Amino acid sequence: MGTHTAEQPAPVAAGTGTTAVPTRTGLLIIGASQSGVQLAVSLRALGFDEHITLLGDEDHRPYQRPALSKEFLQGTVESESLIFRSNEYWAEHNVDLVKGEYIVRIDRDADGSGVAHASSGRQFPFKRLALTVGARARKLEIDGGDLDGVLYLRNADDALALKARVGDAKDVVVIGGGFIGLEAASSLQKMGKNVTVLEFGPRLVGRAVGEETAEYFLQAHRARGLDIRLNTSAARFRAASAEGDKQTSVAGVELQDGTVLPAQIVLVGIGVIPNTQLAEQLELTVDNGIVVDRFALASDGTTVAIGDCANMPNPVPGSEPGERIRLESVNNAIEHAKVAAYSLTGRREEYAGIPWFWSNQADLKLQIAGLCNGYDRTVLRRDEERGKFSVLYYRQGQVIAADCVNAPLDFMAVKNALAKGRNIPADAAADPATLLKTITTDS
Amino acid sequence: MPTVHFTDAEGEVRDVQGNPGDSVMETAVRNGVPGIVAECGGSLSCATCHVFVREDCLSKLPPMEDMEDEMLYGTAVDREDNSRLSCQLRLTDELDLFVTTPETQV
Repeated sequence: MGTHTAEQPAPVAAGTGTTAVPTRTGLLIIGASQSGVQLAVSLRALGFDEHITLLGDEDHRPYQRPALSKEFLQGTVESESLIFRSNEYWAEHNVDLVKGEYIVRIDRDADGSGVAHASSGRQFPFKRLALTVGARARKLEIDGGDLDGVLYLRNADDALALKARVGDAKDVVVIGGGFIGLEAASSLQKMGKNVTVLEFGPRLVGRAVGEETAEYFLQAHRARGLDIRLNTSAARFRAASAEGDKQTSVAGVELQDGTVLPAQIVLVGIGVIPNTQLAEQLELTVDNGIVVDRFALASDGTTVAIGDCANMPNPVPGSEPGERIRLESVNNAIEHAKVAAYSLTGRREEYAGIPWFWSNQADLKLQIAGLCNGYDRTVLRRDEERGKFSVLYYRQGQVIAADCVNAPLDFMAVKNALAKGRNIPADAAADPATLLKTITTDS
Repeated sequence: MPTVHFTDAEGEVRDVQGNPGDSVMETAVRNGVPGIVAECGGSLSCATCHVFVREDCLSKLPPMEDMEDEMLYGTAVDREDNSRLSCQLRLTDELDLFVTTPETQV
């Protein structure tokens, strides 16, 4: 980030005041995101030989987001390490990287080609279009929500804004006990801040994990000194009472019961909203994301939409026909991009692999394999001494998912079993001394 | 500058120069070396940056920690005695490292 890439000539002639006939790109990828990058990379690997434009609205080269709440925030990795690919890579692969352009409107012709218009006035004509536009942070609309120091954590600029304030802050209130909130809270605690986490619901991490895992994290974080308050929401943010310009900065969070928690930083992590504005303008079907088929094609049959912004048929083997899902993960961004790359090169390949997720919070390394929706039984494996904890989820005797904390062997065993359509019998799995890999069966 | 020689499963060799302090994984990914996936970006969560290190290079590398050791049991291609996760291997000034990438990482 921060270093400028060598861009190819702008598609619109500069300085003339008139719009020249712009060069048309073969594929315009809107969203220089994990999925956007992977799409370009996968297309080149498949021999797609048309010009690709990878366009993003941020002023940074495409970067990896997961570290923003962890290593980057704590200062243990350099921003340069987050960059996906070198400038040379993009140049050698005939991919034009465009930064800092926000697309506001797309004109479309009947054959699927069209022109994307940026807020700057630049135009980007394309033959084919991919939407990898991701999601944006859900805003907390309460009094004081616009005070300085009320922050979100979705992109690099958010992380930089947080880092810039963190030195002067003593107290931080994190709103939302999901992955982002807990990762950031753990990081900020490690950086010496007094951190309180407010969770609106009765347990942590919402639907992403089962009850046992949520409870494990609650106890583990509390044991590490994090103040976590469940069933608690903020009523308003209070400004500093001091005179002068300080009044625009947050100083505290008032809870529903009137309690006021001091806070020089409030970090809000209450989920994301898929970016569907362009899809709606294109009159694509939208329903909790851009609706796509198994081959990542939107309702017009030509635009591909992938990653966080896409609502797709549930790719997990054994899911109900017609069941749909929108996944927010690195793994999904990558696998969905591969499906789209096949589509764009005229092949039909379905989504491969088992969804998986990770979240690192303090010394707790959570790895999730599969999706636990619809489970009817869990098996707990706990090794207190070595700090390992796993929950395996079963549906009708078949393992469908696992949450594993500091237990990579369990995670790997379940992920591999799911990928190969195999099972890990529940009764045998209950003994934490048994290696899951050794009891995996052919269903 | 440190150099990593990546040989893929078909025997094709790519020599990539990197920066001291960067990991072998980062060096591969940034330059588009096929055969290294690295989904998790180096946080030791995915085991998709598996490499086989040429025997005479093993001693140049830091010892393996438990987490890496456990993750290596879940690689797509089974581990060997010379297996490492390349996100855990940092380049040093004059390092000249020879690694082979497995046929698949996922």
